[in-house]
This record gives sequence, C-alpha cells and structure tokens, in this order.
Amino acid sequence: MKASVAGYIRANDVAHAVRLLASADGMGRVLAGGQSLVAAMNMRLSTGDMLVDISRLTELEGVTEEDGRLRIGALTRHAEIGRNPLIQTHAPLLAEAAGHIAHAAIRNRGTIGGALAHADPAAEFPACILCLNAVLHVTGPDGSRDIAAGDFFHGLFETALEEGEILTAISLPKAEPGEVQVVEEMARRAGDYALAGLCVTRRRAGYRIAAFSVGPRPILATGAMQALDAGDLDAAVANLAEEIEPASDTQASAAYRRHLAGVLLRRAALRIEGEAQ
Amino acid sequence: MTIDFGHPDRPNSYIGKTVPRPNAPRLVQGRGEYVDDMVLPRMLHVAFVRSPFAHARITGIDAAEAKAVPGVVRIFTGAEVAEVCTPWVGVLAHLQGLKSPPEYAIAVDRACWVGEPVAAVVATSRAAAEEGAALVEVDYDVLPVVADMMTALDDDTPVLHADLGDNLAFRRVNEQGDVDAAMAGAHKVVTAHFTTARHTGVTPEPRSILADWNPADERMTVWHSTQAPHMMQTALATHLDIAESRVRVICGDVGGSYGIKVHVYPDEVATAAIARIMGRPVKFIADRLESFSTDIHARDHEIEAKIAVDAEGRILAMDVDDWTAIGAYSVYPRTSAMEGNQVVNLCGGPYDFEHYRARTSVVFQNKTPTCQYRAVGHPIAVAITEGLVDMAAAELGMDPVEIRRRNLYADDAYPVTSPAKMRFEGLSHHKSLDLLLDLMDYDGLRAEQAELREKGVYRGIGIASFIELTNPSPFMYGIGGARISAQDGCTVRMDPDGSIVALSGVTEQGQGTEAMLSQVVAEGVGVAPGQVHVITGDTQVTPYGGGTWASRGAGIGGEAALRAARALRDSILEVAGAMLQSDAAGLDIRDGEVVDAKSGEARMPLEELGRIVYFRGDTLPQGLPRELVQTRHYITSEYPFAFTNGVQASYVEVDTDTGNVRLLKHWCVEDCGRIINPMLVDEQIRGGIVQGLGGALFEEIHYDEDGQLLNGSMADYLVPMAAEMPDMVIGHVETPTKESSLGAKGAGEAGTAGAPAAVMNAINDALRPMGAQVTHMPFTPERVLRALGTLKD
Repeated sequence: MKASVAGYIRANDVAHAVRLLASADGMGRVLAGGQSLVAAMNMRLSTGDMLVDISRLTELEGVTEEDGRLRIGALTRHAEIGRNPLIQTHAPLLAEAAGHIAHAAIRNRGTIGGALAHADPAAEFPACILCLNAVLHVTGPDGSRDIAAGDFFHGLFETALEEGEILTAISLPKAEPGEVQVVEEMARRAGDYALAGLCVTRRRAGYRIAAFSVGPRPILATGAMQALDAGDLDAAVANLAEEIEPASDTQASAAYRRHLAGVLLRRAALRIEGEAQ
Repeated sequence: MTIDFGHPDRPNSYIGKTVPRPNAPRLVQGRGEYVDDMVLPRMLHVAFVRSPFAHARITGIDAAEAKAVPGVVRIFTGAEVAEVCTPWVGVLAHLQGLKSPPEYAIAVDRACWVGEPVAAVVATSRAAAEEGAALVEVDYDVLPVVADMMTALDDDTPVLHADLGDNLAFRRVNEQGDVDAAMAGAHKVVTAHFTTARHTGVTPEPRSILADWNPADERMTVWHSTQAPHMMQTALATHLDIAESRVRVICGDVGGSYGIKVHVYPDEVATAAIARIMGRPVKFIADRLESFSTDIHARDHEIEAKIAVDAEGRILAMDVDDWTAIGAYSVYPRTSAMEGNQVVNLCGGPYDFEHYRARTSVVFQNKTPTCQYRAVGHPIAVAITEGLVDMAAAELGMDPVEIRRRNLYADDAYPVTSPAKMRFEGLSHHKSLDLLLDLMDYDGLRAEQAELREKGVYRGIGIASFIELTNPSPFMYGIGGARISAQDGCTVRMDPDGSIVALSGVTEQGQGTEAMLSQVVAEGVGVAPGQVHVITGDTQVTPYGGGTWASRGAGIGGEAALRAARALRDSILEVAGAMLQSDAAGLDIRDGEVVDAKSGEARMPLEELGRIVYFRGDTLPQGLPRELVQTRHYITSEYPFAFTNGVQASYVEVDTDTGNVRLLKHWCVEDCGRIINPMLVDEQIRGGIVQGLGGALFEEIHYDEDGQLLNGSMADYLVPMAAEMPDMVIGHVETPTKESSLGAKGAGEAGTAGAPAAVMNAINDALRPMGAQVTHMPFTPERVLRALGTLKD
C-alpha cells in the first residue's frame, strides 16, 4: 500500500515543532525515527497526517548526567541506548532491553521518545521506564511540564501527552550501588514483540517489577513486588498472575501468557540472586 | 554422445562442480530487472477493491466518488471485465470427480473469500488507484460462511456453490491389499491425529504483472513474474480470446516463487483484460497484505492415520484419512486437488509393506484458495508416515533407526512399485541413512541426550526418511487436458566470436537455473561457463516448455540443454573437420578450442571457426551443413515421475517451562541423482529445510469463524528467520536416473519435504519421558505446553 499523507514539514527547533503541531488542526503527527508511524502509514492505518519531522533536532539527542540523575534525550536511538556507557553503568536495564528490540536496522533509527509516546504495550521501553520510575519531560503550546512514568501510560497506544505536546526527554535515578536490573522476555523469534516480558530491579527499598505484553499498557506489579520483598517467590508468581491482564491473539492465549509471566519472574529472581552475589 | 561422469578430471568437466552464478553480480548490484522496474509510455496502474467479507452478495457498486480522485482514469466492475474475459474452471479430467464452479477475474455478483477482487481502479499512479479504491462503495448482503473444514460436508452446513450440490470438491481412495485384515491381525496398531497449518509462500518479490495490448498489430505483451511463461500465454490467450501466437509472455528476474507463481490469479488476468480494453499498458504489483490474502495458500490438512506393525517392527499396513479445505475455488489450471492427491500417493513412500489405504477429502470453504506450494503434499505425507513410524517404534521399545532399517526398501530392490502404486526406478534409502548416522554421530548424540536428561535438559533426536516426486511426465497434468508442458526444450547456438547462447524453456527465480544451464551447456559444447549466455523466460524467443516447477529445471531442462549442446558440438566439429581436413571423430572441443581428441593439441579456436562460417562461408565446401545452432527437446517416457529420496535428522531442545523449542542442529542426506552444481544443490536443500522448519515451528495463517484473515503481515505471519535456524549439515548419495544422459532428478523440494517430520519426531523424542506428544503444526510454545498438560484452561 502507498501512504496517504496530508503534509510534511521539517522542524527547525522544538518551539517550531510545537507551533507546527498547533497549526495542524489536530492532524499533526510527530515523525522521529518513524519505525512505527511509517509502517502504520504504509498500511493506511493512519491517513491524512501532517507530519512534523523532529528527527534532525540534535538538541533532543544524547545521554547526560544532570543533578545526580540520568537524562536521555527523546531522539536517542535504540542502538545508542544499547551501547552508551552512562546507560550501561547507571541504567543497565535499558541497555539490556535495547538488545531485545527488533533488528539492527530498526534499532538504528527508532528513538526512545518515539517508543514511549507510541506506548505499544508489547514494547520494552515503556515498561523499563515504569520500572525505573522515570520522569517524562514534555513541551507544548502552554510550556513545559513533567509527567511521572506511573502517570504516563493510559491504555493501548494512549498516554498523558496532550494534543500538540512533544516528548523531549526522560530522566531517571541512577542505579544505586548493588542494584540489579534485569529484563526477562520470550518471543517466538528473536526481535519479535515478546509473548510476555518483565523488567525487574532490586534496590535497597525493594523490588520493582514492570510487565509488558500482558495488558493494554505496561503494568507495575505491586503485589508481586511486595511478595518478593517478603521473600515469597511463589506468592509473587501468584500475585503477578492476578495483576496482569493478558489478551489472547494468534501467537498465544491469555492463559499461556499468564503462565509465561510466572516462569519469567522465577527466572528473573534467579538471575538477580546470581548477579547480586 | 555420452559423458564419462566417472572421471572428474575429464576435459570441460563443469557438470558436478560449483561454478559462479552468471546472474549473481547483476542481482547483488541492484541491476536486476523485475516487473516493477519496467516503465512504459502511457502506463497505468491498477489497484483492486477487495471483498472484506468471506461470503457476500454484491448488490451495488458506486464509483462516483472514486472517479473524482485526481489521477483515477477508469473503474471496472466484474461484469465489465467479463465482457472481454471468460471465466475458468479449475478441474482436470484425470482427477475424477473434481468439481469447481466458474471463476471470474473480478467477482460478478458474489464474493467468496476475504480478498477476492470485486472492482478495479485504474489510475496514473498506484497511490491514486489506491485512493480511488478506498472510495469505491460496494453494497454487500452478507451470506452464511463455510469456515470449518471438518464440518464442511455436514447436512446443516450451507452449500457454498448451489450448482455443485455439495461442498465436496474431490475425493479419492488409493487402496492396495486388505488393510482391515492386516490391522486386525497386527501385533500393534498405533493411531494419531495430525494437522498441518495453512501456509503461504511469502516470496520476497510479490506477484507482479504488466500487460500491454497493442491494437495496431493486435498483440499482447505481458511482463510477468511467473514460473511458467508458456502456460500463462495459453491462459491469457484462451480467456481473453486472443490467438495464442499473439500473446507474448516475458519473464525477467523473479524474486522467488516457491510454487506461488505457477498459478492463474484473478487479479493478474483482470490486469491483462483491462489492458486489452484500454489499449494501454497496465501494471499490477501485489502489496504485502495482498500477498497474504490472495497468493495461494497451502497445507491446511487434518489427518487421522493408523499404522500396523508386527512384533519385529515390520510395517504391515497403513490407513490414512486426509482432509483438506481449499477455499472457494479449485485454482486454475493445476487444480487444488493435487495436494490431497499427492498425500494419498506419497504416504508410506520409503517403506516396503503390503496393505495400504489412503483417502483424501477435498472440500470448499470461504477462504483464500489453496494450491501447489513447494514440495506439494510431501511435508504432510512425510509427517504422517514418519510420525507413525516413530510412534510404532516407541510402542515396541525399538530405536527409531532400527525400525527404519527393517522397513526401508532395500537398496537393491529396484525397480519396484510401492503399495501406493508409485514406481521407483532406483533409490538409496539405506545408504543415505548410513551416511546420515555417520554425519550426525548418532550414538554420540544419544549418549549426550541421555546425560543431559539426567540434568533436566530435554533434548530430542528426530529422523525422517522421505521420497520426493520430481520430473513429472504428462501423467501429472497433460493427460488431464491442461496445456502444461511436461517436455522442455533448449536451443544452443554459436555466434561468430565463438561464444555460446542457450535459450531454454525452464526459468530462473533465483535458485540458479541459469547457472545450472550454463555449466551443462559449457561441458556439452566444450567451452568455459562464462562463454555461455543463457536466456530464459520469453515465449517469443525460447523453445516451448513447461517452465520451472516440481523440481524439473535440472532434470528436464538440463537434459534438453545437454542434448542440444552435444548436437551443437557435433555440428561445430563437422565444420572443423572440413576446414582442418580431419575426421570430425578425431577432434574435440576443449575450453573454446577445437583440439585433436587424442593428443589435446590445439587446432583452431572457435572464434576463428566462427569467422570463417559467418563471414567467409565462400571458402567452405558447398553442401557442408553449417548451421551452428541446434535445438533439442526432452521428455521422460519410462516413468511417470522420477523419485528422489533422502533422510533428515533434527536435534532440538525443549524448554519444558515455556514450551519453547530450540533447533540445535539439522542434517540432511539426499539423493537427487546427478549433482550438477554442488553449491546450488546444498543451497536448495538448506533453503528447502528452512521453509520446512517454518512449517514445523512458525508459519500459520489464522482465520476466525467468520472467515476473516487474522494475520496479514510479516509481523503476524512468522516466517523462519536466521537467528532461529540451526546449523545444517548436508550430505549426498548420487543415484542418477537412467532415463536421461545427465541423470539429474531434481533437488528443489527435498528439504521442505522432510524437515517438519524430523522436527516433530525430535520434539516427541524429547517429550516422551513425560508421556507427551505433539502432532499439531506449528509446534508453538503454547501447543508444547498444552501437550505437557501445564496449562489447564
């Protein structure tokens, strides 16, 4: 199929991009890496878009340390996330997750901001930043604001971003000494969306578990977290099964996904034990 | 005439050696010429409005809005196309009882599957045509849907085509001996229920056609991504009412076919019909969604099967009840009954036993039509046979290798006719099995498996012997009335510079047909392969032939090429003899030079011979034949089909917590007769295995109960990818067919035939200690876990 696009403009800076979106009559779409949007347009799942291309706004790229936290520009590519030394040191969860995302060509173009704003519940990064308790920085016609990851994901492809707002960066706390972060997922083929996946971290304050591909949005499994904190893995698996909302599709049933999530939690717990030693 | 293949150091010994593929640099440098690369003056593009319903009456089509889209030139309904294009019926006389209703290029009053064309929008660009197609308003009355295979013949299931009386398209029983008595008296009878999923071929280049009707000279030229240009010439001429001689089909580079591109597709014929009506070139390139919803599907079978063995593990009988649903129409002109027909011909194929019964029931339903796809019927028959043999071995507590040794046809048993009435000229089951066991270190692998099992690691070894039908004679299609040629031809000529041009009726789709032809011709004439330019795929240029399918390129096309090349060699030597005043019999051609056959002494380069013949013919004796061009055609005559054989093994690890199956390694020993190009044969085997592994673990087209296609993209239809593929070890046994001087039988489908069964047996070998078994392909993690009883709901 051929895409049906209403218009395309390359933004000069973030303010320009915000003005362009404001003038697009609700049809504005931010084009960053294009790895989900262009595919959707080429299937005519999205037509009549006014594309605002932010992909050359270099000020939105890169990883920095800021006030003891890690700041990741929205245009930072998956491949960079996977190999960036600051991320490998301070947010190894993101680096590991990047290796699970699709294939090299897609990782070279896809951006973390795009992945978060797209909010595919099967994607790794939304669950990662939920697990890492990140903050999302957005800019819109009324200025800038911050949104906690826990408030950002509303549903299937739905987020707290308002019309005309652009996600510019995320920031997150650095891993504390001795913190362990792991991703466990299983996909039918390497690079496919996971049948189920878990991000698990253990820090002094306790475990955090965010599940993906098992509901309409990434799910923070608080019941499973509490059980793990109490040292009861079996209860954590049981709680996790209650907390997730998997759907059935052509790859696997909800029942399978629920079972798989439990297997993955046991594996994550085992890995964390191993890596902590 | 004959070549002494026993001597690898003979002159011009290109047959049997890996030579570079002549078209590879062009393709990897992006200089291929696919249909979509063709741009003609005044060319238009067509996009199709397709039925969103599996079964619906078309009550009205409103194209007013679509016509207003800039670039849209014209919109066609089924009735308008039908004015110049007659419908076809996909039946063959020798498939007795096969029935199918007339099928139109564009549905006229009823759509019978999701994706069937119901209108066509012609525009100056594909984008404009799609824009228009989205605005064509079709009114439908939704009709009851037949979606389920096993209830298609029930009394309360609606009849899809009222004129046909019921939903049974074809049924055949192939029976030999007394199966019931043999079963009754057997030591053990094992029963199993198998299913193979609905697949499609997923060619890298989608189906493509560009048709141009020139009213001035009343000729149609069609650039088509196809396997069978001459068959398409007939089909288009017949249904567009044009003399066959006035239709030219040109097949340039083709980006993969796998059997998908050997059928007549409604949208492609419609494209040609529209070109005929408009007098302008019209192009249609299927997009990926159209590929999934309208390329033929295949393999959708459910089978109940039994095997009877005696106490020593001898097979006494097999009883197979095969069901398949083929969509709403039998595909033209090869028919959709052939796959089921192959299943009943091929079950039990490698084994020497007496009592056999196999029935196939082929039913209609409201889904995309199914038809022949790589290794037609073989993966199904091999899965049934090898699955049952392994289960019988397990019942008897016998090793899977041992039960095969006791039942495979002895290597000196040939010629022999199987209980399914297949005639085998010469196969090598035992020799192949011996080589396989050697390559895989079977005993070592068993020891490793046992050791790991102690540690809770579940690995399995699966073996699958197989036969593969190749080189069909007219018994496959011709006797049924189809103008599908079983013979093929090759013209070989020498040009003035001493180079050779070979024109062949078999075609290239990326598998290396042209490389194979170049080396056969090179050896046949006596020049380097680089001196041979091969031309295929043009009905106006090449000798008449069947094209490439059923692994016939090397066996049929290669033999025709060899015979033509040897004839040209003789013609050249006759001229050389006159020029050199020597006996032609004492001369030979080696590396592009006429030489003394005994001493090898150079006598004259072909270039010099060409100069004299073409420019100074006055110096040659009058009456000397000087046609440096020869054509030969070849057809098999002693056997209806050649058969190849082989055996595969798979080594897998099953994660019993997740159900995931990891492919650790794969082995295949096959006997394709004479190997012409070892690298190409290995690549064919590997590629075929990959397609078979896809069927075993990944590929499955899903429909819901309303006949809606649920997975029409590469994200949802999982093809095998490199990361999941195991290392493969390929070994060969060569038993050339005596029917031809070349002795090649064909290698294109063997990998696909045996791989799914090998994987199934490997998984079941791993699961056996837990009393679990899988027989429902693909073996997804969920199906494995359900077999293990892990999931309760």
